[in-house]
Amino acid sequence: MSAVQTAGSAASSTHAVQGGAPGGEAPDPRLERVTSNPTFQTLVSERTRFGWILTILMLVVYFGFIGLIAFDKQLLATKVSGTASLGLFLGVGVIVFAFILTGIYVTRANTRFDRLSAELVRSLAR
Amino acid sequence: MSRAHLLGFLGAFGILGIAATAALAAGPDLGAVQQQATNWPAIGMFLFFVLLTLGITYKAAKGTKSAADFYAAGGGISAGTNSLAIAGDYMSAASFLGISGLVYTSGFDGLIYSTGFLVGWPIVLFLIAERLRNLGKFTFADVASFRLDQTSIRIISATGTLVVVAFYLIAQMVGAGKLIQLLFGLPYLYAVVIVGALMIVYVAFGGMKATTWVQVIKACLLLGGASFMAGAVLYKYGFHPEALFAAAVATHPKGDAIMAPGGLVSNPIEAISLGVGLMFGTAGLPHILMRFFTVADAQAARKSVFYATGLIGYFYILTFIIGFGGIALLMSDPSYFKLGAAGSFDKLKDMIGGTNMVAVNLANAVGGPYFLGFISAVAFATILAVVAGLTLAGASAVSHDLYAQVIARGRTTEGAEVRLSKIAAVVIGIVAIYLGYVFENQNVAFMVGLAFSVAASCNFPVLSMSILWRGTTTWGALLGGLVGLLTAVIMVVLSKAVWVTTFGHPAALFPFDNPTLFSMPLAFLTIYVVSKLDNTRRAQRERAAFDAQFVRSETGIGASGAHAH
Repeated sequence: MSAVQTAGSAASSTHAVQGGAPGGEAPDPRLERVTSNPTFQTLVSERTRFGWILTILMLVVYFGFIGLIAFDKQLLATKVSGTASLGLFLGVGVIVFAFILTGIYVTRANTRFDRLSAELVRSLAR
Repeated sequence: MSRAHLLGFLGAFGILGIAATAALAAGPDLGAVQQQATNWPAIGMFLFFVLLTLGITYKAAKGTKSAADFYAAGGGISAGTNSLAIAGDYMSAASFLGISGLVYTSGFDGLIYSTGFLVGWPIVLFLIAERLRNLGKFTFADVASFRLDQTSIRIISATGTLVVVAFYLIAQMVGAGKLIQLLFGLPYLYAVVIVGALMIVYVAFGGMKATTWVQVIKACLLLGGASFMAGAVLYKYGFHPEALFAAAVATHPKGDAIMAPGGLVSNPIEAISLGVGLMFGTAGLPHILMRFFTVADAQAARKSVFYATGLIGYFYILTFIIGFGGIALLMSDPSYFKLGAAGSFDKLKDMIGGTNMVAVNLANAVGGPYFLGFISAVAFATILAVVAGLTLAGASAVSHDLYAQVIARGRTTEGAEVRLSKIAAVVIGIVAIYLGYVFENQNVAFMVGLAFSVAASCNFPVLSMSILWRGTTTWGALLGGLVGLLTAVIMVVLSKAVWVTTFGHPAALFPFDNPTLFSMPLAFLTIYVVSKLDNTRRAQRERAAFDAQFVRSETGIGASGAHAH
């Protein structure tokens, strides 16, 4: 079920990537083989970019909410539907937004990133 | 039962009841708690929970043989189970009772805490969870010290862990003592000893497996109970939240102001600092980070954060509804208040047991005395589960980080390490009982906040910089973590909560209650600057070793399933 798990067994001979003792005196050819692999580079750059974009979105939304509380209480007190205020909708909205963001990440990771990981393992096994 | 009796008694006999409560209410106002008459249904339900969890601990103990079993449940926890365990570790009694109480007194302001407690989770998922699983074995120090010096990094990580665990644990122990006095009618010391003894048993005998299942059961009970309560509240208003809000606004002394931001966040810097602390503190809590090593691989780690975010978000929305339900259903019912001379009472201050009891009193209002007993038992189970998780994290830091790597320098056996971990759990438990006893009448409200601040200012910077930035060196991480830890603690000591309230000085030396906005960036800056200046041979080696760490953190290649080999 897991590409990474397979990766673990398939490439555990690649013990260049065994951690623990800070080693790395000389560049390890087996390590080079992974880092220079185009699939690896695509996977890492795409996932890193995606992770940071979502992180920044979360920061903007949350601190935007906190900023409104700090600087524009009047706006948040605005009535939206009878009694409920805009602030209430935004607050619950932040919670829902956080959940949706994690959902978006997981969906993309389950499809695109896991496919790239599997591809990487295949190409390393060759 | 008798607590419910007391409430019924008050309603039925008015004046007589007033005399009874007045007698019980002797002592300082709000916050302080008077011991209630023994509540048998609650005790019965709690005993059932204890027996069930002890049975699980017994089974888990038989299956716990290796270090991987003890620290990480053998890596065999599924994503769904782990998400419930994460939620169980994270949803404390403080957030259940405290936030619903805050919503009750201030309305909207309670939501500020709810959002803050949730928004750390996406950050954990996007930046930490999968890499942590790929790099680590049992503790987050495994990850932070992956390519850095074992001794220094383990010492700073374990110190950060133990400080977080200590403050969190004291707050929970004191809370447990007060709560049990109030809910079960047991003396404070009994309560603290019971909590301490049970958490020792769970952790020392059952290790991570038992602790995980205690969290799962507690999470199910808490989510089930809170769902029922919120559902019952909404049912009374025909499932129209708008009708609930209208009723709340009509009843609350602050009226329409409860729908808008109030005085809780009067200072922008304070608000942002609180937000930073809650958000990044989540990503540095050792007992939460440990949970990522209990699953088989990065995919399971990722999924468990996703589900956990949903569960925790749902829980905070429930506490919000429960708080509003408290306003609408309890506020105009004198039987839930300590009545003054002419039968008058302050809706915000005079609630029996204090405003933290809103959820508990509401349980009685919507479900009768047995549901009250159930929610009381759930509140106790909640505390118990949280302290068990903390104890395990603390014991792991002592045995796996300090003993095995720093003192024995890796020359120890798995059996000896696990044995030491069990001893550490016993010692932590005893120390926690003692501290819970000593701090009974101290102000501990700031301690959970301090735990989050230290997690955000020491653990999170050390962990994230060592994973994400090639340039990080041992000196950078060590000094940065130390600076974050010290500034967070010192700023809190100099703030109003400690300097004025506890030490009795006239004015605070640090103007804000929440230090994280200052202490966390300072930690990151120190790591950056010191690492840049560090050009020792070791630093060069550590930078060169980044590639190996990077490949493994991104792909899991070379990562062990948490099974020992």
